[in-house]
This record gives sequence, structure tokens and C-alpha cells, in this order.
Amino acid sequence: MSNISREHLEFLRGQRIKKLAVFLTQTLLLLLFFGIWEIAARLRWIDPFIMSQPTRVFRTIVSLSKDGSLFLHTGVTVYETIIGFVSGTLLGTVIAIVLWWSEFVAKVLDPYLVVLNALPKTALGPIILVWIGGTSASIIVMALLISIVVTILNVYIAFKTCDEDKIKLLKTFGATKLQILRKVVLPANVPAIVSSLKINVGLSLVGVIVGEFLVSKAGLGYLIIYGGQVFKMDLVMTSVLILAATAAVMYISVAWIEKKLTKLR
Amino acid sequence: MEKVVELKDISMTYHTLDGETHAVKDISFDIYNGEFVSIVGPSGCGKSTILSIIAGIMKPTSGSVLINGKQVDGTSDNVGYMLQKDHLFEWRTIIKNAVIGLEVKNKLSKSALKDTEELMEEYGLGEFKNHYPSQLSGGMRQRAALIRTLATSPDILLLDEPYSALDYQTRLAISEEIWLILKKEKKTAILVTHDIAEAVASSDRIIVLTNRPSCIKNIHVIELNCNEKSPIKCREAPEFRHYFNKIWKELDVHV
Repeated sequence: MSNISREHLEFLRGQRIKKLAVFLTQTLLLLLFFGIWEIAARLRWIDPFIMSQPTRVFRTIVSLSKDGSLFLHTGVTVYETIIGFVSGTLLGTVIAIVLWWSEFVAKVLDPYLVVLNALPKTALGPIILVWIGGTSASIIVMALLISIVVTILNVYIAFKTCDEDKIKLLKTFGATKLQILRKVVLPANVPAIVSSLKINVGLSLVGVIVGEFLVSKAGLGYLIIYGGQVFKMDLVMTSVLILAATAAVMYISVAWIEKKLTKLR
Repeated sequence: MEKVVELKDISMTYHTLDGETHAVKDISFDIYNGEFVSIVGPSGCGKSTILSIIAGIMKPTSGSVLINGKQVDGTSDNVGYMLQKDHLFEWRTIIKNAVIGLEVKNKLSKSALKDTEELMEEYGLGEFKNHYPSQLSGGMRQRAALIRTLATSPDILLLDEPYSALDYQTRLAISEEIWLILKKEKKTAILVTHDIAEAVASSDRIIVLTNRPSCIKNIHVIELNCNEKSPIKCREAPEFRHYFNKIWKELDVHV
């Protein structure tokens, strides 16, 4: 490493400074947002009863942590979301395999999938509620429904665009369809499957929150709708902020797994 | 010499909604044990179709193919196929790539694995066997692809423009190398190419095809006078240019 030229060191320093500048600006923006919000509330430019304010949010977080309900509600939402996007991705991949296996089935189901994809799945909420009941199960089904159709379509397209020559190569060795699936189509599309897992984190969270709005007795969605109904805006704002943080953490975790998996290639 | 491949009146027609295409029409030829035969022809004339039919992954519309006297029906263990690109699977290490044919044929025994490792050792890939394809150069990847084909120990190799994805220098070097390996392992080879020079330099015979629907225009027996028999040396033979020009004229290329 000793023979790095002066220009290259300069270049590396420049890149580091640029990266730092972006990070600092991002942090500043966040502080500014909360700062202005707080000041506006204190000086009564806005009504803190309606708009809440950072210190009130902080106090709410502390009191919710004390009785443990913060962790309960966040935990419930995270649990439902994880079950939702993992099962959505797995089930979607299995159905995509069926479609890849039988072109006839794929052609028959094509228009139905297109319509189901276009349909806002949240519209099915009340139906699921009536059919399954006001339990955690119907929230998970909601999350699953939102993510599964997109997964089927994305993964199926990825399977279809798998390199024909790689398949031909296996055929020259006399491979069966199952061998082609296991040795080329599936491993070649691990990135596509993991990338739909990433998309499904967000989609599944939408399903969970809508589900919790409709039925639940616990979860961040429940806190938001409850806070709104009893006009506790501090509770609503707190829940939304925690939801944002939770969503970010889940997304970053899946992105990290994706990076680990693709690094292996 | 014994015939290892016999093509009898092979015709192939492709059907699509837009109509039908006659790719190959009444092609018959024999390949003898240990021969290196090239098939050249205008682009899109169905050269690869012929290889696919010999490999048994495509059924001809009419006619029959015999390998070692037996009718071809599906893929045969005697035939190995090399495609245009190496198509190494980037999620497998080189050794795992090399044994995929054995894996598919359910023949991956300890001794077969050892044989494959020896092949890699012999042809300079020994220390790279646990590397991933992206860590290898183009020439090395092509060599790995050849070992993948040789691992299932076929007697007959079908080479479908196997060097066309490489740059010119690598291509000369690797075609020389693969030729020497094939001779050493005493394999029969059928090479499909559009590179006339490569065909003349490496072949015992050259089959020239016509435009679609392609049939055989001519079969040349190549006899080059060179001290040392190898594709690069053979390019220096005085007859080289003569064969080249003759085949070039037969291909009748208009652009």
C-alpha cells in the first residue's frame, strides 16, 4: 500500500469529504426539522395539541417504554410484518415455479394475475375481516395478499428470462426439467427472489398497518388509529415516528442480507 | 477407420405462427473415429441446428443419426457439447462447474471427482478449482468449460463456435490449446465455425454448407504440409491460402 501516489490520496480524501458532507447535511436536515417543529410549538405558531411537538413525543416514548407497551406494540407489528413478507415471498416463489413449470397454467392464469395485481388489495380488508375474524391471522393474510401477487409476477418473469443457453448446456447432459429448475433456474434467480423480499418488506408493512386499523387490539397501526379516535395526537405522532424507524431497520436488515448473499457470487 | 457418427438424409423444418422455415435439407455425412471435422457455412444456415440434432437435444423432421452404429434418441453419454460462451455458473466454484455434467447424469462418484480434479491439474486450472468463474480470465474460463465437457468422458465433441466470444489473440491461443487437448485425449471433434482460417488450420475435413435451406455444397479433405501438426503451425503451410480461397469462394459472401 506504500506506493499509492499523492494524487490518489488526494482523490480518496476528496471522496471522503464529499461523503461526510452528505451525511452532515442529512443529519442537519433532521435536526432542523425537529428544531423548527419544537420552536413553532413553543411560540404557538402551531397548536401543539393538534400538531404535537418533539418534547411531547419524547415524553410519550418514555411513558410508553415504562409500562412496556411500546415494545409490545412495536413487536406485534414487526412480527406480523415479518411473517407477512417471508410467507409472501416463499409462497409467491412456489407459485412462480408452478407457472414456470407449466406454460399452459401460466397462460391461463395470466389475465387473472394482471387484474389481481392492479386491484388495490386493501379493498379486500373488510372481506378478510369477516371471513377470518378480528385476529392477528387476518392481519397477516392482508400483508401476505399485498406482497404475493407482485412476487409471483416478478419472480416468474425472472425465471422466464433465465439464460436459454445455460438451460441448453444442462440439456446437452440430458438434464430433466426438475434438474434444470434446481441447478440453473433457482440458483440463477436467488438475487431476484431476495430483491422481491426487499420490496415485500414495504408492501407487507402497508398490509399490516391497514389490517391493524381495521381489527387489532395491538400494534403500531392500532396505536395510531386509537390515538386518532381519542384525539391524543402525541400518541399518533409517536407511533408514526416509531413506525418509520421500524420500517427503516427492517429494510436495512433485508438489504444487508441481500448484500451478503450476492457477495458470495 | 470406423464410422462414429452417421447422418442420413437429415432435414429440419421450424414452425412458427408466421410460417415455416426449412433450415436444413437432406444432409448426409459420416465422421470417422479420431477425425476433426469443421462445418462452415453462411450465417444463419443451420450449422448449430445440425449439432443440436447430433447431440440429441433436437429431433430432426426427417432422417436419422447414428452414433457408434446406434440410432440417436435423446442425449447420449458418448457426445459432449461446447457452446459459444463458456456459460460457467457464477454461483458455483470452478470444480463444481466442472462436475455439473456428472451431477446431472448422477455419476458423481469419488473417483469421477478425482478424475476431474486431475484433468484440471493437467490443464493448468488446479490451483483455481475453488475460485469462482468471475475470478478467471476468458481463456481460463474456456478451458474450464472444456474440462466440464471432458469430465463426462465423451468420445465425440461438438464445438459450436466455442471461441467466438473471445478476443482474437486469446482465441488463437485457446483454439490451439483445445485442439492439442482433444488430440491428446483422442477425441473425435465436429466444429461449427464461420472462421474459415480456423477451420482450415485445425480440420482433417471441412464440410461447406449452402444458404438456407442448407445442404452440402462440398466436402474438402485438408492436407497441409507442416512439420509439426498443430493449428498455429499449419497456418504457415503453403496450401493454407489455397484452401482458404477455395472455401471463401464457395461461401459466396455478398454484403
